[in-house]
Amino acid sequence: MGFRYVSQEVVIQAKNLDLTFPTNDGDVHALKDVNLDIHKGDFVSFIGPSGCGKTTFLRTIAALETPTAGTVTVNGMTADEARKNRAYGYVFQAAGLYPWRTIRGNIKLPLEIMGYSKAEQEEHVTKVLDLVDLRGFGQKFPWQLSGGMQQRASIARALAFDADILLMDEPFGALDEIVRDHLNEQLLQLWDRTNKTIAFVTHSIPEAVYLSTKIVVMSPRPGRITDVIESTLPRERPLDIRDSQEFQDIAHRVREGLRAGHAYD
Amino acid sequence: MPILTVVAAIMVIWYASSVGMNKKWTYDQAGRAGVEVSFTEMVADTWAQERPVLPAPHQVVAELYHSVFEKKISSKRSLVFHGWITLSATMLGFVFGTGLGILLAVGIVHNRAMDMGVMPWAIASQTVPILAIAPMIVVVMSTIGATDFLGKETATAMFGYQPAFMKGILPKAVIAAYLSFFPVVVGMVKGLRSPDQMQLDLLKTYNAGKQRTFWSLRLPSSTPYLFTSLKVGMAAALVGAIVSELSAVPLRGLGARMLTGSYYGQTIQIWSALFAAATLAATLVASISWIERRSLKKMGMSS
Repeated sequence: MGFRYVSQEVVIQAKNLDLTFPTNDGDVHALKDVNLDIHKGDFVSFIGPSGCGKTTFLRTIAALETPTAGTVTVNGMTADEARKNRAYGYVFQAAGLYPWRTIRGNIKLPLEIMGYSKAEQEEHVTKVLDLVDLRGFGQKFPWQLSGGMQQRASIARALAFDADILLMDEPFGALDEIVRDHLNEQLLQLWDRTNKTIAFVTHSIPEAVYLSTKIVVMSPRPGRITDVIESTLPRERPLDIRDSQEFQDIAHRVREGLRAGHAYD
Repeated sequence: MPILTVVAAIMVIWYASSVGMNKKWTYDQAGRAGVEVSFTEMVADTWAQERPVLPAPHQVVAELYHSVFEKKISSKRSLVFHGWITLSATMLGFVFGTGLGILLAVGIVHNRAMDMGVMPWAIASQTVPILAIAPMIVVVMSTIGATDFLGKETATAMFGYQPAFMKGILPKAVIAAYLSFFPVVVGMVKGLRSPDQMQLDLLKTYNAGKQRTFWSLRLPSSTPYLFTSLKVGMAAALVGAIVSELSAVPLRGLGARMLTGSYYGQTIQIWSALFAAATLAATLVASISWIERRSLKKMGMSS
Protein backbone atom coordinates (compact mmCIF):
# COMPACT_ATOMS: atom_id res chain seq x y z
CA MET A 1 0.00 0.00 0.00
CA GLY A 2 2.26 2.82 1.25
CA PHE A 3 4.03 4.47 -1.62
CA ARG A 4 7.56 5.11 -0.43
CA TYR A 5 10.01 7.73 -1.59
CA VAL A 6 13.58 6.59 -1.82
CA SER A 7 14.81 9.48 0.25
CA GLN A 8 11.85 10.21 2.45
CA GLU A 9 9.34 8.28 4.43
CA VAL A 10 5.64 9.13 3.97
CA VAL A 11 4.00 9.55 7.38
CA ILE A 12 0.59 10.88 6.36
CA GLN A 13 -1.10 9.80 3.18
CA ALA A 14 -4.56 10.76 1.91
CA LYS A 15 -5.95 8.82 -1.05
CA ASN A 16 -9.09 9.80 -2.98
CA LEU A 17 -10.56 11.31 0.14
CA ASP A 18 -14.22 12.29 0.03
CA LEU A 19 -16.33 13.66 2.83
CA THR A 20 -19.89 14.92 2.76
CA PHE A 21 -21.84 16.26 5.73
CA PRO A 22 -25.57 15.78 5.59
CA THR A 23 -27.36 18.96 6.66
CA ASN A 24 -30.92 20.21 6.55
CA ASP A 25 -30.17 22.13 3.35
CA GLY A 26 -28.83 19.03 1.64
CA ASP A 27 -25.35 17.54 1.63
CA VAL A 28 -22.28 19.71 2.03
CA HIS A 29 -19.35 18.42 0.05
CA ALA A 30 -16.54 19.26 2.48
CA LEU A 31 -13.76 17.29 0.76
CA LYS A 32 -13.62 16.01 -2.79
CA ASP A 33 -10.99 13.68 -4.17
CA VAL A 34 -8.18 14.83 -1.92
CA ASN A 35 -4.80 13.17 -2.47
CA LEU A 36 -1.71 14.16 -0.50
CA ASP A 37 1.53 12.71 0.82
CA ILE A 38 3.22 14.27 3.84
CA HIS A 39 6.79 13.20 4.47
CA LYS A 40 8.62 12.84 7.71
CA GLY A 41 9.91 16.18 8.94
CA ASP A 42 7.70 18.19 6.59
CA PHE A 43 6.04 21.42 7.68
CA VAL A 44 2.85 21.44 5.63
CA SER A 45 0.36 24.31 5.62
CA PHE A 46 -3.22 24.05 4.43
CA ILE A 47 -4.40 27.42 3.20
CA GLY A 48 -7.66 28.54 1.67
CA PRO A 49 -10.78 30.61 2.30
CA SER A 50 -13.26 29.46 4.92
CA GLY A 51 -15.32 26.51 3.80
CA CYS A 52 -12.50 25.03 1.74
CA GLY A 53 -12.26 22.02 4.00
CA LYS A 54 -8.78 22.67 5.40
CA THR A 55 -9.86 22.16 9.01
CA THR A 56 -12.02 19.19 8.01
CA PHE A 57 -9.01 17.66 6.27
CA LEU A 58 -6.89 18.12 9.40
CA ARG A 59 -9.65 16.63 11.54
CA THR A 60 -9.88 13.67 9.18
CA ILE A 61 -6.16 13.03 9.61
CA ALA A 62 -6.77 13.16 13.37
CA ALA A 63 -9.70 10.74 13.03
CA LEU A 64 -12.03 13.36 14.52
CA GLU A 65 -14.02 13.08 11.27
CA THR A 66 -14.66 9.93 9.29
CA PRO A 67 -14.31 10.18 5.50
CA THR A 68 -17.23 9.10 3.31
CA ALA A 69 -14.82 7.53 0.84
CA GLY A 70 -11.08 7.09 0.40
CA THR A 71 -8.41 6.41 3.00
CA VAL A 72 -6.09 8.25 5.31
CA THR A 73 -3.06 6.46 6.67
CA VAL A 74 -0.92 7.86 9.47
CA ASN A 75 2.36 6.08 10.24
CA GLY A 76 1.11 3.21 8.10
CA MET A 77 -2.03 2.76 10.21
CA THR A 78 -5.58 3.91 9.63
CA ALA A 79 -6.23 7.35 11.10
CA ASP A 80 -8.31 5.89 13.92
CA GLU A 81 -5.64 3.35 14.87
CA ALA A 82 -3.12 6.17 14.82
CA ARG A 83 -5.33 8.20 17.15
CA LYS A 84 -5.58 5.26 19.54
CA ASN A 85 -1.80 4.90 19.36
CA ARG A 86 -1.48 8.59 20.22
CA ALA A 87 0.50 9.22 17.05
CA TYR A 88 -0.14 12.96 17.00
CA GLY A 89 -0.55 16.00 19.22
CA TYR A 90 -3.39 18.36 18.25
CA VAL A 91 -3.43 22.10 18.85
CA PHE A 92 -6.78 23.88 18.53
CA GLN A 93 -7.50 27.48 17.71
CA ALA A 94 -8.25 28.21 21.36
CA ALA A 95 -5.75 27.15 24.00
CA GLY A 96 -8.50 25.36 25.94
CA LEU A 97 -6.49 25.08 29.12
CA TYR A 98 -8.37 23.93 32.21
CA PRO A 99 -8.75 26.94 34.52
CA TRP A 100 -8.64 24.67 37.57
CA ARG A 101 -5.22 23.28 36.72
CA THR A 102 -1.87 25.05 36.78
CA ILE A 103 0.14 25.22 33.57
CA ARG A 104 2.12 22.17 34.71
CA GLY A 105 -1.12 20.41 35.58
CA ASN A 106 -2.55 21.17 32.16
CA ILE A 107 0.49 19.82 30.35
CA LYS A 108 0.38 16.75 32.57
CA LEU A 109 -3.20 15.97 31.52
CA PRO A 110 -2.35 13.82 28.46
CA LEU A 111 0.47 12.14 30.38
CA GLU A 112 -1.91 11.20 33.21
CA ILE A 113 -4.41 9.82 30.73
CA MET A 114 -1.71 7.83 28.97
CA GLY A 115 -0.47 6.34 32.21
CA TYR A 116 3.00 7.85 32.49
CA SER A 117 4.63 7.44 35.91
CA LYS A 118 4.83 10.46 38.21
CA ALA A 119 8.56 10.84 37.63
CA GLU A 120 8.16 10.64 33.84
CA GLN A 121 5.37 13.19 33.97
CA GLU A 122 7.55 15.70 35.80
CA GLU A 123 10.44 15.10 33.45
CA HIS A 124 8.35 15.51 30.29
CA VAL A 125 6.60 18.62 31.56
CA THR A 126 9.87 20.30 32.44
CA LYS A 127 11.27 19.44 29.02
CA VAL A 128 8.36 20.82 26.99
CA LEU A 129 8.03 23.93 29.17
CA ASP A 130 11.61 24.64 28.13
CA LEU A 131 10.81 23.98 24.49
CA VAL A 132 8.03 26.58 24.39
CA ASP A 133 9.99 29.00 26.53
CA LEU A 134 7.65 28.93 29.53
CA ARG A 135 10.22 27.99 32.14
CA GLY A 136 9.15 29.34 35.51
CA PHE A 137 5.47 29.62 34.58
CA GLY A 138 4.56 26.05 35.48
CA GLN A 139 2.93 26.92 38.78
CA LYS A 140 0.86 29.77 37.30
CA PHE A 141 -2.80 29.37 36.45
CA PRO A 142 -3.98 29.97 32.85
CA TRP A 143 -5.72 33.28 33.67
CA GLN A 144 -2.39 34.65 34.89
CA LEU A 145 -0.88 34.24 31.40
CA SER A 146 -1.33 36.25 28.21
CA GLY A 147 -3.15 34.75 25.22
CA GLY A 148 0.12 34.01 23.42
CA MET A 149 1.58 32.30 26.46
CA GLN A 150 -1.59 30.23 26.88
CA GLN A 151 -1.31 29.08 23.28
CA ARG A 152 2.34 28.16 23.86
CA ALA A 153 1.26 26.13 26.88
CA SER A 154 -1.27 24.34 24.72
CA ILE A 155 1.48 23.54 22.21
CA ALA A 156 3.57 22.20 25.08
CA ARG A 157 0.62 20.02 26.05
CA ALA A 158 0.49 18.61 22.52
CA LEU A 159 4.25 17.96 22.58
CA ALA A 160 4.33 16.42 26.04
CA PHE A 161 3.82 12.80 25.02
CA ASP A 162 6.44 12.73 22.28
CA ALA A 163 4.17 12.18 19.29
CA ASP A 164 6.11 12.60 16.04
CA ILE A 165 3.27 14.46 14.37
CA LEU A 166 1.86 17.82 15.36
CA LEU A 167 -1.52 18.84 13.90
CA MET A 168 -2.31 22.54 14.36
CA ASP A 169 -5.64 24.11 13.50
CA GLU A 170 -5.14 27.88 13.16
CA PRO A 171 -3.33 27.93 16.49
CA PHE A 172 -2.44 31.63 16.26
CA GLY A 173 -5.60 32.77 14.52
CA ALA A 174 -6.96 34.55 17.59
CA LEU A 175 -3.74 36.38 18.42
CA ASP A 176 -2.54 39.80 17.30
CA GLU A 177 0.03 40.15 14.56
CA ILE A 178 3.03 40.99 16.75
CA VAL A 179 2.51 38.03 19.05
CA ARG A 180 1.83 35.92 16.01
CA ASP A 181 5.16 36.79 14.37
CA HIS A 182 6.97 35.93 17.54
CA LEU A 183 5.18 32.60 17.92
CA ASN A 184 5.79 31.72 14.25
CA GLU A 185 9.48 32.26 14.76
CA GLN A 186 9.45 30.13 17.90
CA LEU A 187 7.44 27.41 16.20
CA LEU A 188 10.02 27.16 13.42
CA GLN A 189 12.83 26.84 15.95
CA LEU A 190 10.86 24.18 17.77
CA TRP A 191 10.22 22.29 14.56
CA ASP A 192 13.92 22.50 13.70
CA ARG A 193 15.00 21.18 17.09
CA THR A 194 12.46 18.37 17.44
CA ASN A 195 12.23 17.28 13.80
CA LYS A 196 8.49 16.73 14.09
CA THR A 197 6.18 16.48 11.14
CA ILE A 198 3.77 19.42 11.34
CA ALA A 199 0.46 19.94 9.55
CA PHE A 200 -0.74 23.50 10.00
CA VAL A 201 -4.04 25.11 9.02
CA THR A 202 -4.04 28.84 8.37
CA HIS A 203 -5.73 31.50 6.30
CA SER A 204 -2.76 33.84 6.32
CA ILE A 205 -0.57 33.74 3.19
CA PRO A 206 2.58 35.19 4.84
CA GLU A 207 2.22 32.75 7.73
CA ALA A 208 1.93 29.78 5.37
CA VAL A 209 4.88 30.85 3.24
CA TYR A 210 7.07 31.72 6.21
CA LEU A 211 6.49 28.44 8.03
CA SER A 212 6.11 25.75 5.42
CA THR A 213 8.21 23.39 3.40
CA LYS A 214 5.03 22.51 1.51
CA ILE A 215 1.98 24.69 0.98
CA VAL A 216 -1.32 23.05 0.13
CA VAL A 217 -3.73 25.51 -1.46
CA MET A 218 -7.39 24.58 -1.14
CA SER A 219 -10.64 26.01 -2.45
CA PRO A 220 -14.27 25.61 -1.48
CA ARG A 221 -17.48 24.08 -2.88
CA PRO A 222 -16.47 21.32 -2.98
CA GLY A 223 -13.40 21.46 -0.73
CA ARG A 224 -10.43 20.34 -2.77
CA ILE A 225 -6.71 20.83 -3.31
CA THR A 226 -5.93 23.23 -6.16
CA ASP A 227 -2.16 23.49 -5.81
CA VAL A 228 0.72 22.01 -3.84
CA ILE A 229 3.75 24.26 -3.63
CA GLU A 230 7.14 22.96 -2.51
CA SER A 231 8.91 25.83 -0.81
CA THR A 232 12.40 26.69 -1.98
CA LEU A 233 13.17 28.73 1.13
CA PRO A 234 16.01 27.43 3.33
CA ARG A 235 15.21 25.63 6.59
CA GLU A 236 16.81 28.44 8.54
CA ARG A 237 14.39 31.40 8.29
CA PRO A 238 14.89 34.71 10.07
CA LEU A 239 11.78 36.95 10.15
CA ASP A 240 13.17 39.33 7.52
CA ILE A 241 13.24 36.55 4.95
CA ARG A 242 9.71 37.77 4.30
CA ASP A 243 11.15 40.79 2.48
CA SER A 244 13.13 38.63 0.03
CA GLN A 245 12.15 38.20 -3.60
CA GLU A 246 11.97 34.43 -3.24
CA PHE A 247 9.40 34.79 -0.44
CA GLN A 248 7.35 37.21 -2.54
CA ASP A 249 7.41 34.80 -5.48
CA ILE A 250 6.08 31.93 -3.41
CA ALA A 251 3.44 34.17 -1.85
CA HIS A 252 2.43 35.25 -5.34
CA ARG A 253 2.00 31.67 -6.46
CA VAL A 254 -0.17 30.94 -3.39
CA ARG A 255 -2.30 33.97 -4.21
CA GLU A 256 -2.66 32.79 -7.80
CA GLY A 257 -3.74 29.38 -6.56
CA LEU A 258 -6.35 30.89 -4.27
CA ARG A 259 -7.67 33.08 -7.08
CA ALA A 260 -7.91 30.14 -9.46
CA GLY A 261 -10.00 28.32 -6.89
CA HIS A 262 -12.37 31.26 -6.71
CA ALA A 263 -12.82 31.56 -10.49
CA TYR A 264 -15.61 29.03 -10.23
CA ASP A 265 -18.07 31.29 -8.43
CA MET B 1 -29.13 53.06 52.07
CA PRO B 2 -31.61 51.79 49.42
CA ILE B 3 -32.01 48.68 51.57
CA LEU B 4 -32.83 50.77 54.64
CA THR B 5 -35.39 52.74 52.65
CA VAL B 6 -37.10 49.54 51.56
CA VAL B 7 -37.07 48.18 55.11
CA ALA B 8 -38.51 51.44 56.45
CA ALA B 9 -41.25 51.36 53.82
CA ILE B 10 -42.14 47.78 54.71
CA MET B 11 -42.31 48.74 58.41
CA VAL B 12 -44.69 51.62 57.72
CA ILE B 13 -46.96 49.45 55.59
CA TRP B 14 -46.83 46.64 58.13
CA TYR B 15 -47.73 48.86 61.11
CA ALA B 16 -50.49 50.50 59.12
CA SER B 17 -51.88 47.13 58.02
CA SER B 18 -51.90 45.78 61.54
CA VAL B 19 -53.95 48.80 62.64
CA GLY B 20 -56.34 48.20 59.76
CA MET B 21 -56.69 44.49 60.36
CA ASN B 22 -56.85 44.50 64.14
CA LYS B 23 -59.08 47.51 64.82
CA LYS B 24 -62.30 45.58 64.32
CA TRP B 25 -61.50 43.44 67.36
CA THR B 26 -60.56 46.53 69.40
CA TYR B 27 -63.86 48.28 68.56
CA ASP B 28 -65.84 45.07 69.23
CA GLN B 29 -64.25 44.69 72.65
CA ALA B 30 -64.81 48.35 73.47
CA GLY B 31 -68.38 48.13 72.22
CA ARG B 32 -69.07 45.14 74.44
CA ALA B 33 -67.54 46.87 77.45
CA GLY B 34 -69.51 50.01 76.60
CA VAL B 35 -66.52 52.36 76.43
CA GLU B 36 -65.48 54.84 73.82
CA VAL B 37 -61.92 54.53 72.48
CA SER B 38 -60.02 57.43 71.04
CA PHE B 39 -57.96 57.01 67.88
CA THR B 40 -54.65 56.84 69.76
CA GLU B 41 -56.02 54.30 72.21
CA MET B 42 -57.28 52.22 69.33
CA VAL B 43 -53.90 52.31 67.56
CA ALA B 44 -52.03 51.43 70.77
CA ASP B 45 -54.40 48.50 71.30
CA THR B 46 -54.04 47.12 67.76
CA TRP B 47 -50.27 46.90 68.29
CA ALA B 48 -50.52 45.11 71.61
CA GLN B 49 -53.25 42.48 71.22
CA GLU B 50 -52.59 38.97 72.41
CA ARG B 51 -54.04 37.31 69.32
CA PRO B 52 -54.00 39.92 66.59
CA VAL B 53 -54.97 39.15 63.02
CA LEU B 54 -51.67 40.68 61.97
CA PRO B 55 -49.15 41.10 64.80
CA ALA B 56 -47.03 44.26 64.77
CA PRO B 57 -43.31 43.87 64.00
CA HIS B 58 -42.20 44.61 67.55
CA GLN B 59 -44.48 41.84 68.86
CA VAL B 60 -42.87 39.34 66.50
CA VAL B 61 -39.39 40.53 67.48
CA ALA B 62 -40.23 40.26 71.16
CA GLU B 63 -41.62 36.74 70.69
CA LEU B 64 -38.56 35.75 68.66
CA TYR B 65 -36.25 37.09 71.34
CA HIS B 66 -38.25 35.42 74.04
CA SER B 67 -38.36 31.99 72.38
CA VAL B 68 -34.81 32.01 71.11
CA PHE B 69 -32.84 33.48 73.98
CA GLU B 70 -34.97 33.18 77.09
CA LYS B 71 -35.87 29.50 76.85
CA LYS B 72 -33.60 26.57 77.54
CA ILE B 73 -32.71 25.17 74.14
CA SER B 74 -34.00 21.74 75.13
CA SER B 75 -37.41 23.22 75.97
CA LYS B 76 -40.35 22.47 73.68
CA ARG B 77 -41.08 26.19 73.71
CA SER B 78 -37.66 27.14 72.43
CA LEU B 79 -37.41 28.12 68.78
CA VAL B 80 -33.80 26.97 68.83
CA PHE B 81 -35.05 23.48 69.65
CA HIS B 82 -37.63 23.51 66.88
CA GLY B 83 -35.22 25.14 64.46
CA TRP B 84 -32.70 22.38 65.11
CA ILE B 85 -35.31 19.68 64.48
CA THR B 86 -36.15 21.29 61.13
CA LEU B 87 -32.51 21.95 60.28
CA SER B 88 -31.47 18.34 60.88
CA ALA B 89 -34.28 16.99 58.69
CA THR B 90 -33.45 19.60 56.03
CA MET B 91 -29.77 18.73 56.00
CA LEU B 92 -30.32 14.99 55.86
CA GLY B 93 -32.85 15.41 53.05
CA PHE B 94 -30.56 17.84 51.26
CA VAL B 95 -27.69 15.34 51.34
CA PHE B 96 -29.96 12.52 50.08
CA GLY B 97 -31.49 14.74 47.41
CA THR B 98 -28.19 16.15 46.19
CA GLY B 99 -26.64 12.68 46.01
CA LEU B 100 -29.63 11.31 44.12
CA GLY B 101 -29.69 14.34 41.84
CA ILE B 102 -26.01 14.01 40.94
CA LEU B 103 -26.33 10.27 40.30
CA LEU B 104 -29.34 10.79 38.06
CA ALA B 105 -27.56 13.56 36.16
CA VAL B 106 -24.51 11.35 35.59
CA GLY B 107 -26.82 8.62 34.30
CA ILE B 108 -28.72 11.01 32.04
CA VAL B 109 -25.53 12.39 30.51
CA HIS B 110 -23.98 8.98 29.87
CA ASN B 111 -26.94 6.82 29.00
CA ARG B 112 -29.31 7.56 26.18
CA ALA B 113 -32.12 5.49 27.62
CA MET B 114 -31.90 7.42 30.89
CA ASP B 115 -31.71 10.67 28.97
CA MET B 116 -35.04 9.91 27.32
CA GLY B 117 -36.62 8.14 30.30
CA VAL B 118 -35.72 9.92 33.51
CA MET B 119 -36.33 13.59 32.79
CA PRO B 120 -40.10 13.35 32.13
CA TRP B 121 -40.55 11.49 35.41
CA ALA B 122 -38.41 13.96 37.30
CA ILE B 123 -40.52 16.80 35.94
CA ALA B 124 -43.75 14.92 36.67
CA SER B 125 -42.60 14.33 40.25
CA GLN B 126 -42.39 18.07 40.80
CA THR B 127 -45.91 18.74 39.55
CA VAL B 128 -47.43 16.65 42.34
CA PRO B 129 -48.43 19.01 45.16
CA ILE B 130 -46.05 18.32 48.02
CA LEU B 131 -48.80 19.12 50.51
CA ALA B 132 -50.77 16.15 49.18
CA ILE B 133 -47.98 13.66 49.02
CA ALA B 134 -46.23 14.53 52.30
CA PRO B 135 -48.85 12.98 54.65
CA MET B 136 -48.85 9.81 52.53
CA ILE B 137 -45.10 9.44 52.81
CA VAL B 138 -45.34 10.01 56.57
CA VAL B 139 -48.06 7.39 56.94
CA VAL B 140 -46.37 4.80 54.73
CA MET B 141 -43.01 5.20 56.42
CA SER B 142 -44.57 5.07 59.89
CA THR B 143 -46.38 1.87 58.95
CA ILE B 144 -43.19 0.15 57.93
CA GLY B 145 -41.44 1.60 60.98
CA ALA B 146 -38.88 3.65 59.08
CA THR B 147 -39.10 6.93 60.92
CA ASP B 148 -36.01 7.28 63.13
CA PHE B 149 -32.48 7.98 61.96
CA LEU B 150 -31.05 5.23 64.12
CA GLY B 151 -33.42 2.88 65.91
CA LYS B 152 -34.16 3.79 69.52
CA GLU B 153 -32.04 0.85 70.71
CA THR B 154 -29.08 1.63 68.44
CA ALA B 155 -29.11 5.30 69.36
CA THR B 156 -29.34 4.50 73.08
CA ALA B 157 -26.50 2.03 72.77
CA MET B 158 -24.36 4.64 71.04
CA PHE B 159 -25.17 7.83 72.92
CA GLY B 160 -26.89 6.59 76.09
CA TYR B 161 -30.14 8.25 74.92
CA GLN B 162 -31.99 8.94 71.69
CA PRO B 163 -31.19 12.46 70.50
CA ALA B 164 -34.43 14.37 69.88
CA PHE B 165 -33.72 15.19 66.26
CA MET B 166 -33.37 11.53 65.27
CA LYS B 167 -36.91 10.70 66.18
CA GLY B 168 -39.24 10.90 63.19
CA ILE B 169 -36.59 12.46 60.98
CA LEU B 170 -36.69 10.00 58.06
CA PRO B 171 -40.07 10.82 56.48
CA LYS B 172 -39.23 14.51 56.72
CA ALA B 173 -35.83 13.95 55.14
CA VAL B 174 -37.40 11.92 52.33
CA ILE B 175 -39.82 14.73 51.56
CA ALA B 176 -37.01 17.29 51.73
CA ALA B 177 -34.96 15.12 49.36
CA TYR B 178 -37.97 14.76 47.05
CA LEU B 179 -38.03 18.51 46.58
CA SER B 180 -34.30 19.15 46.50
CA PHE B 181 -33.12 16.53 44.00
CA PHE B 182 -34.84 18.20 41.07
CA PRO B 183 -32.85 21.43 40.80
CA VAL B 184 -29.67 19.38 41.23
CA VAL B 185 -30.60 17.06 38.35
CA VAL B 186 -31.42 19.95 36.03
CA GLY B 187 -28.32 21.95 36.97
CA MET B 188 -25.92 19.03 36.87
CA VAL B 189 -27.13 17.74 33.50
CA LYS B 190 -26.46 21.20 32.12
CA GLY B 191 -23.14 21.40 33.95
CA LEU B 192 -21.88 17.98 32.87
CA ARG B 193 -22.75 18.89 29.29
CA SER B 194 -21.10 22.30 29.49
CA PRO B 195 -17.65 21.38 28.06
CA ASP B 196 -17.57 22.46 24.41
CA GLN B 197 -16.84 20.21 21.43
CA MET B 198 -13.24 21.36 21.28
CA GLN B 199 -12.59 20.20 24.84
CA LEU B 200 -14.18 16.83 24.09
CA ASP B 201 -12.19 16.51 20.85
CA LEU B 202 -8.99 17.25 22.73
CA LEU B 203 -9.60 14.34 25.08
CA LYS B 204 -10.52 12.18 22.10
CA THR B 205 -7.10 12.85 20.58
CA TYR B 206 -5.64 11.44 23.82
CA ASN B 207 -7.91 8.43 23.35
CA ALA B 208 -9.39 9.13 26.80
CA GLY B 209 -12.35 7.01 27.89
CA LYS B 210 -15.72 8.13 29.20
CA GLN B 211 -14.68 7.73 32.80
CA ARG B 212 -11.53 9.77 32.31
CA THR B 213 -13.50 12.48 30.51
CA PHE B 214 -15.96 12.56 33.38
CA TRP B 215 -13.42 12.99 36.16
CA SER B 216 -10.97 15.24 34.30
CA LEU B 217 -13.34 17.47 32.38
CA ARG B 218 -17.08 17.08 32.92
CA LEU B 219 -17.14 17.07 36.70
CA PRO B 220 -14.83 20.08 37.24
CA SER B 221 -16.64 22.00 34.49
CA SER B 222 -19.97 21.42 36.22
CA THR B 223 -18.92 23.00 39.53
CA PRO B 224 -20.48 26.45 38.94
CA TYR B 225 -23.76 24.78 37.91
CA LEU B 226 -23.63 22.50 40.94
CA PHE B 227 -23.42 25.40 43.37
CA THR B 228 -26.32 27.23 41.74
CA SER B 229 -28.40 24.05 42.02
CA LEU B 230 -27.34 23.49 45.61
CA LYS B 231 -28.66 26.91 46.62
CA VAL B 232 -32.05 26.25 45.04
CA GLY B 233 -32.04 22.69 46.39
CA MET B 234 -31.26 23.82 49.91
CA ALA B 235 -34.19 26.25 49.97
CA ALA B 236 -36.44 23.54 48.51
CA ALA B 237 -35.29 21.03 51.14
CA LEU B 238 -36.21 23.47 53.92
CA VAL B 239 -39.66 23.99 52.45
CA GLY B 240 -40.05 20.21 52.22
CA ALA B 241 -39.02 19.70 55.84
CA ILE B 242 -41.41 22.40 57.09
CA VAL B 243 -44.33 21.11 55.04
CA SER B 244 -43.72 17.57 56.23
CA GLU B 245 -43.74 18.75 59.85
CA LEU B 246 -47.37 19.69 59.43
CA SER B 247 -48.21 16.00 59.42
CA ALA B 248 -45.23 14.26 61.01
CA VAL B 249 -45.14 12.66 64.42
CA PRO B 250 -44.00 13.82 66.94
CA LEU B 251 -45.30 17.32 66.33
CA ARG B 252 -42.09 19.30 66.41
CA GLY B 253 -40.06 21.68 64.27
CA LEU B 254 -40.75 25.07 62.76
CA GLY B 255 -43.59 23.66 60.66
CA ALA B 256 -45.20 22.24 63.77
CA ARG B 257 -44.88 25.63 65.49
CA MET B 258 -46.78 27.22 62.63
CA LEU B 259 -49.42 24.49 62.79
CA THR B 260 -49.99 24.67 66.55
CA GLY B 261 -49.95 28.44 66.31
CA SER B 262 -52.80 28.30 63.85
CA TYR B 263 -54.77 25.81 66.00
CA TYR B 264 -54.77 28.18 68.93
CA GLY B 265 -54.86 31.46 67.05
CA GLN B 266 -51.33 32.27 68.21
CA THR B 267 -50.54 34.51 65.27
CA ILE B 268 -47.46 35.93 66.94
CA GLN B 269 -46.08 32.41 67.27
CA ILE B 270 -46.77 31.68 63.59
CA TRP B 271 -45.03 34.83 62.49
CA SER B 272 -42.00 34.24 64.67
CA ALA B 273 -41.69 30.67 63.36
CA LEU B 274 -42.00 32.09 59.86
CA PHE B 275 -39.18 34.53 60.51
CA ALA B 276 -37.05 31.82 62.10
CA ALA B 277 -37.52 29.69 58.96
CA ALA B 278 -36.64 32.59 56.68
CA THR B 279 -33.53 33.34 58.72
CA LEU B 280 -32.54 29.69 58.60
CA ALA B 281 -32.99 29.54 54.82
CA ALA B 282 -31.02 32.73 54.32
CA THR B 283 -28.18 31.45 56.50
CA LEU B 284 -28.02 28.10 54.71
CA VAL B 285 -28.06 29.64 51.25
CA ALA B 286 -25.51 32.26 52.29
CA SER B 287 -23.13 29.59 53.57
CA ILE B 288 -23.36 27.72 50.25
CA SER B 289 -22.63 31.01 48.48
CA TRP B 290 -19.59 31.46 50.65
CA ILE B 291 -18.26 27.99 49.83
CA GLU B 292 -19.10 28.65 46.17
CA ARG B 293 -17.08 31.86 46.05
CA ARG B 294 -14.10 30.22 47.70
CA SER B 295 -14.12 27.07 45.55
CA LEU B 296 -14.65 28.84 42.25
CA LYS B 297 -11.92 31.30 43.07
CA LYS B 298 -9.60 28.42 43.87
CA MET B 299 -10.57 26.69 40.62
CA GLY B 300 -9.98 29.85 38.61
CA MET B 301 -13.61 29.89 37.49
CA SER B 302 -14.93 32.89 39.38
CA SER B 303 -16.51 35.39 37.08
